[in-house]
Amino acid sequence: MIEARLLTKTFRDKKRGEIHAVDAVSFRAEPGRIYGLLGANGAGKTTTLRLLATLLKPTSGSATVAGFDVVREPEKVRANVGFLAASTALYGRLTAREMITYFGRLHGLADPEIKARLARLAVQLDMEEFLDRRCDKFSTGMKQKTSIARTLIHDPAVMVFDEPTLGLDVMTARAIVRFVRECRDRGKTVIYSTHVMSEVEKLCDTIGIIHDGRLLAEGTLAGLRTQYGEQDMEEIFVKVAGGEAKP
Amino acid sequence: MNWHNIVTVYLKELKDSLRDRRTLLSTIIIPTLVMPLLTFGVGKVASVVINRARGETPSIVILGGEDSPGVVAQLKASKKFRVVASTADWKQRIGDKQIRAAVRIPEKFEAGLRAGAAAPVVIYHYEGELKSMLGVGELEKFFRDLRDQTVTARLAERALPPSLVRPFEFSRENVAPPEKVGGNLIGGFVPYLIIILCFTGAMYPAMDLTAGEKERGTMETLLCSPVARVDLVLGKFLMVLTGSLSAMVFMLVSMGATAFIAGSMWAGGGKAAPLAAAAAAKDSASVIPMIDPLGLLGVLAMVLPVAVLFSAVIFTVALFAKSYKEAQSYVGPLVLVIIMPAVLGMLPGIDLNFRLALVPILNLSLVCKEMLSGVWHWEYIALIFGSSCVYAGLALALAVRMFNREDVIFRT
Ligand SMILES: Nc1ncnc2c1ncn2[C@@H]1O[C@H](COP(=O)(O)OP(=O)(O)OP(=O)(O)O)[C@@H](O)[C@H]1O
Ligand SMILES: [Mg+2]
Repeated sequence: MIEARLLTKTFRDKKRGEIHAVDAVSFRAEPGRIYGLLGANGAGKTTTLRLLATLLKPTSGSATVAGFDVVREPEKVRANVGFLAASTALYGRLTAREMITYFGRLHGLADPEIKARLARLAVQLDMEEFLDRRCDKFSTGMKQKTSIARTLIHDPAVMVFDEPTLGLDVMTARAIVRFVRECRDRGKTVIYSTHVMSEVEKLCDTIGIIHDGRLLAEGTLAGLRTQYGEQDMEEIFVKVAGGEAKP
Repeated sequence: MNWHNIVTVYLKELKDSLRDRRTLLSTIIIPTLVMPLLTFGVGKVASVVINRARGETPSIVILGGEDSPGVVAQLKASKKFRVVASTADWKQRIGDKQIRAAVRIPEKFEAGLRAGAAAPVVIYHYEGELKSMLGVGELEKFFRDLRDQTVTARLAERALPPSLVRPFEFSRENVAPPEKVGGNLIGGFVPYLIIILCFTGAMYPAMDLTAGEKERGTMETLLCSPVARVDLVLGKFLMVLTGSLSAMVFMLVSMGATAFIAGSMWAGGGKAAPLAAAAAAKDSASVIPMIDPLGLLGVLAMVLPVAVLFSAVIFTVALFAKSYKEAQSYVGPLVLVIIMPAVLGMLPGIDLNFRLALVPILNLSLVCKEMLSGVWHWEYIALIFGSSCVYAGLALALAVRMFNREDVIFRT
């Protein structure tokens, strides 16, 4: 379960002045459902997700993730979140097994427990053959699988995906999408950011459209279609984002 | 703070660093090679060059002296130098190192001597040029002897005792123990080397574990873990400290081995008594004379807080950078900041006082020089150790603070 209440993040930049990357965003993501955050480049998706994963502290507003407050109990929040982004890379000089074991230990798991979970994940993700090879020699697909295993080793209740299919080929991207669905089916709360319309249509139970840091529209795909009188997600997005005049 | 997590982070960074060629090079390989290279390379070359210059008979030119055939003949007969024909461009030839010196014998030199006093003899040389200086030394000795002979002859003529002009003699004798001599010759240099290696040893791990991680995108992955930031910093910091100390330890061990090998080599393979070895090592212009082992232990203890200081400072500076390259451009100039006080401490004239004992790095350099030569000023040692610990603690606190700042970690 994720609940954001008027979540706000302002950056101070020497050249650009104040940047309202996330501006009073409120939403709710439920267990067993996928919440899709749709937005253009620079809309504030990554910043929102980083706030939820407690990598950044909100300027104002608050959020609870898996029952813990992101400001007051950031370590407990992180213990219950699996965060996967294009910017979360692997240690190139470690093997996949070492990498995943390291994060298991950081999550306070005992070594036998890590071993058992890793064995299960390796079968599920079909990564047994490269488990003991160094990550810097991996193909993008192998890296992605290792990253997924890394986010799952502590079996988190909440999964946060930030454009996980960015730069992947169709087959690998489909594998990721399948995996995100599996997470939902196992009752996890999933939040998924993207700027690809088709992914949102296929994957997300609830869609939030974010633009210039603000959540401008929210609803199920069917709900948004009736609300904006358009079938195509792209048309809906343009209406939402373009129709709103900048203050 | 959770020690279990700190150790987990540390062990991972250690494993990771041991697989990094750049870190291995700067923390193990270069420190191990630097002393043998300096001793057997530079030291050997220097001693060969000096000995060869000493062995050669200097060529000199005599200017004038046509009316003083006696002196000229004596000069020509001397085995200490070789007189070559004078040409008009003799000055040029000294500069070109074809001849080492020239001597001008004034007109009517011998006649003047017979009459009582003669005009001065002038020796021309090239200041700062080793071979020219050696030639001058020989010429001066020649004319000093000539003057002494003249005085002796005159005294004899008048039946006066030689003690009239030399009422007493004096001599000097060394009371410093061998390690004290070593301390002064090398005492400034070893701390200098230790300071530099402590710094370079910390440099690569520090940049790799901060800016390197940002560049490769693993920093964000690491920050996703529930481990408190302070534990992450301390685990990483311990790795940087390990790099710093390992550079120093490898250097000292290899220095010990080099001294041992060089000692027995230069003792000529004969009865290699330690003293003979030290003496042999000393006069073959060795870089490593005998060093007080107790002093070395003291140096190790004093270096510890400074290694902590270096590690924390480099860590903090590199943390600001977005990439390894950027980190290098910040940390590189720091080397100069470190070298300056270290070099100052190497100069023979500067000695410890209470004010200098508070200047970081310089104080270490100075106290190490003393300890290596067997001098223990406990009040300075306590002050320096204490102040270094305070500086180190402050730097480490700063590192933790910076790691907690998102505008440092997520700088764009
Ligand atoms: N650390 C930072 N310092 C200053 N400004 C930042 C920082 N991080 C993000 N921003 C700015 O905040 C705004 C939102 O950025 P964010 O990365 O959240 O967008 P995004 O929706 O993830 O975009 P993209 O699709 O390009 O990933 C942008 O204008 C960005 O430049
Ligand atoms: Mg983004």
